[in-house]
Amino acid sequence: MTFLAKPNLLRPDTPRNTLGYTRRDYEGAISTLCAGCGHDSISAAVVQACFDLDIEPHRVAKLSGIGCSSKTPDYFLGASHGFNTTHGRMPSVLTGAALANRELIYLGVSGDGDSASIGIGQFAHAMRRGVNMTYLVENNGVYGLTKGQFSATADRGSKSKRGVVNSETPIDLAALALQLGATYVARSFSGDKEQLIPLIKGALRHLGSALIDVISPCVTFNNHAGSTKSYDFVREHNDAVNRLDVILPRDKISASYPPGSLRRIVQHDGSVLHLRKIDKDYDPSDRVGAMNYLQERHVLGEIVTGLLYVDSSAEDLHRHLNTVEMPLNKLQDDTLCPGSKALEALNASLRSS
Amino acid sequence: MKPTNIGNPDYFHKVVDCQWACPAHTPVPEYIRLIASGHYSEAYMINWRSNVFPGILGRVCDRPCEPACRRGRVDKEPVAICRLKRVAADLKDDIQERLPVPPLKKNGKRVVCVGAGPASLTVARDLAAIGYEVTILDSGATPGGMMRSQIPKFRLPDSVIDEECDYILNLGVHTRYSHWVTSLRDLLDEGWDAVFVGTGAPRGRDADVPGRREAAAHIHIGIEWLANVAFGHTTSIAPRVIVLGGGNTAMDCCRSARRLGGEDVKVVVRSGFDEMKASPWEKEDAIHESIPIINMHVPKEFVHYNGKLKGVRFEIVRAEYDAKGRRSLVPTGEPDVLMECDEVLVAIGQENSFPWIEKDIGLQFDKWGLPVLETATLQSTLPKVFFGGDAAFGPKNIITAVAHGHEAAISIDLFCRGRSLLDRPPPMVNLVSQKMGIHEWSYDNQVSEEERKKVPVKALEKTLKDIKLELELGFDPFMACAEAERCLNCDIETVFTVKTCIECDACVDICPTECITFTANGEEDDLRGRLKAPANNGEQALYVSDVLKTGRVMVKDENICLHCGMCAERCPTGAWDMQKFFLQTAEAGTEARRT
Repeated sequence: MTFLAKPNLLRPDTPRNTLGYTRRDYEGAISTLCAGCGHDSISAAVVQACFDLDIEPHRVAKLSGIGCSSKTPDYFLGASHGFNTTHGRMPSVLTGAALANRELIYLGVSGDGDSASIGIGQFAHAMRRGVNMTYLVENNGVYGLTKGQFSATADRGSKSKRGVVNSETPIDLAALALQLGATYVARSFSGDKEQLIPLIKGALRHLGSALIDVISPCVTFNNHAGSTKSYDFVREHNDAVNRLDVILPRDKISASYPPGSLRRIVQHDGSVLHLRKIDKDYDPSDRVGAMNYLQERHVLGEIVTGLLYVDSSAEDLHRHLNTVEMPLNKLQDDTLCPGSKALEALNASLRSS
Repeated sequence: MKPTNIGNPDYFHKVVDCQWACPAHTPVPEYIRLIASGHYSEAYMINWRSNVFPGILGRVCDRPCEPACRRGRVDKEPVAICRLKRVAADLKDDIQERLPVPPLKKNGKRVVCVGAGPASLTVARDLAAIGYEVTILDSGATPGGMMRSQIPKFRLPDSVIDEECDYILNLGVHTRYSHWVTSLRDLLDEGWDAVFVGTGAPRGRDADVPGRREAAAHIHIGIEWLANVAFGHTTSIAPRVIVLGGGNTAMDCCRSARRLGGEDVKVVVRSGFDEMKASPWEKEDAIHESIPIINMHVPKEFVHYNGKLKGVRFEIVRAEYDAKGRRSLVPTGEPDVLMECDEVLVAIGQENSFPWIEKDIGLQFDKWGLPVLETATLQSTLPKVFFGGDAAFGPKNIITAVAHGHEAAISIDLFCRGRSLLDRPPPMVNLVSQKMGIHEWSYDNQVSEEERKKVPVKALEKTLKDIKLELELGFDPFMACAEAERCLNCDIETVFTVKTCIECDACVDICPTECITFTANGEEDDLRGRLKAPANNGEQALYVSDVLKTGRVMVKDENICLHCGMCAERCPTGAWDMQKFFLQTAEAGTEARRT
């Protein structure tokens, strides 16, 4: 744990993005999580993704619930909008915000307790409604803030730090999101930023609800032998189906790929997802196939990671509701209120002579 | 790349850029921390052991440490290392009790040092402290050599020289002042066990242009004139003065001239401003005293009327570089310039001169008139005779002379004990963890973001009237503390243990300057290009670990590490630790470790 703020001295050759910002400009306050927490790596991945995408920090709203994971929005994007909601209620507050102002980029940050236990109903509805958001689950399988009890995502048979074996069935948030209609579903590992950063970038540029379930080891309570969410276990059982590169319209493509090894997916905003296949039979546009594959591998004790499913022609909640292009919070009285004459006319039409 | 061998003392020594750059390898960060905590006497003694003249060097050192300072690579300016040294000297208590006590029973060996400058005094100190009987011979009436005769008093008061020479002479060193050595043969016949020659580079180069001889009464050799000023033989100068030359001696000449009645003093230099040999801060000091520096002017003639100097005629040139980057000064074709003046000071370089060494004595000189020496041992072709300071390899600076003194003392000691001069004792090295608690370190790891402090000076109206009045006031304790806090503590090293690393990336994420990367190993050039931030400074090492569990290696670019310890604080398993590296070079009398 570090109490001192990072010094502001920069190396002279510090890279800047097209907005002139450095990576440091996307950071937040100094983290108060345990040293070595996977969540801090996820924060660093968000910083890198926003830096790479040239996102203006004030165009992002980050919302979270309660828990170790939900503390993390304080540690990145210090210049963005933030809302720390009540436990498990991040999705509904975010839905409201997204409806009121469709112009912001919404990042929901939650954990396995916040989303799979107390907030599972909220999670389900945000997914099925297609709220235009990136839903980041920092999934460590334990309740870290209350000293390491199993959470709802802990695998059956996995052992707690004190040797207790979990007897309950785990909730797989990625599988649930697929079933509920999320249009961008991925799983990754906090210890593999090369995989995680592009997945976050792709999700931030996705229209519709995007879920990334990030296995994030709890160094204090869930990083021992017998845990299925430890650094070692995840590294040994990681079954990555593909590797993603997010190509923006401005980027030049220099890499070449052997035929058949690459899948190009164009998103609504022109960004291109280059999926380098690792499992050549895996089809990320097949929702049912993806659901089956997750279940099959889970039985074998494997953790499937990568971009599991993407629907490039997805639509979001605003499209479903057919709202106006103008953000609702900018609509003025003259647009919203038809005036007393219209009211009189309406009343008159309802009166039976 | 192979895993870095941090067991080699050179590896971490190089990371401490200031100490590595210092010819005497003074443990800079260690004494700076002592200053920050108010332990001035301790800070002084660390300096005294390494560089012998902290009070003198804290005022006039050439400061090779400051351009090397890591802070200069991340901030606008390096730490004011030199002036912090002066703080230790100014604010220390009585240090008499901390000085070494020479053994009552001498070892029976007699060593003579020719010249009482910094090199000889260093030899004398190192050898007297371990029981040698050392005698210093000098033509002057006081010790100090060029520190006393050439550096103006407004930069370095006599009291400071007296104090620091006395610390050495009080170790029982014999002195013979006003003593000219006219023959090395005679000296050797006196039966000394070893002779150390520290006679400096005493001859000032002359400007051999027309009119020099005729107008000689108004033209002075810079270092001779400075000596005359230093000893009070010269107390005034005519109002209009031209100083020829662009080195530190020229800066001392012009600033002295300003104080002795020179109203219109200018420095005229052949080269461009940036190529001048003078240190940037000495040029700034001259400019501060409203002395113009005129560049790209080559003196052609001293213009005189029957021996009465009228001025100097200059040709205007420009620099041209050939394919190999060698410079030549080419006339621009503009008409020559006559600058009127009453007196000229010639400060265009110094030369060695050994008229007292017989040519047939077996001591060889090279074609530049310098003695042929064994570089590491400073031994001449006459085994008994050793050289150091400017007399060894030509004019350098005080701190180099001190470093030579230490090495020569080691050589003389080995020589007198009949040991091989190449069997040199190793430095004393220590590496120890600074961890005090979960996020507590025994050093202040918060990186200061303050700017470099300027040393306060006395008002020019006063100091330009009195050549003996010291211009700089030195830092007060508060400024000293703030400046000391700017030190990045580069001697607190990041030490990595492969065994305990779980590759959680916490160190990578927290590092404020992106020094740390976990990646597949490769050749150095390839690795340098694909780190989290490219490692473009090839002079700074990469710290490469052994292979980790995932098959990757940890690579740390030492270049811009702030030594803030955040990697170690964030490390859940203690794979990173902050350990203080302390290195003191060997002193004469240290035994080489037998392994």
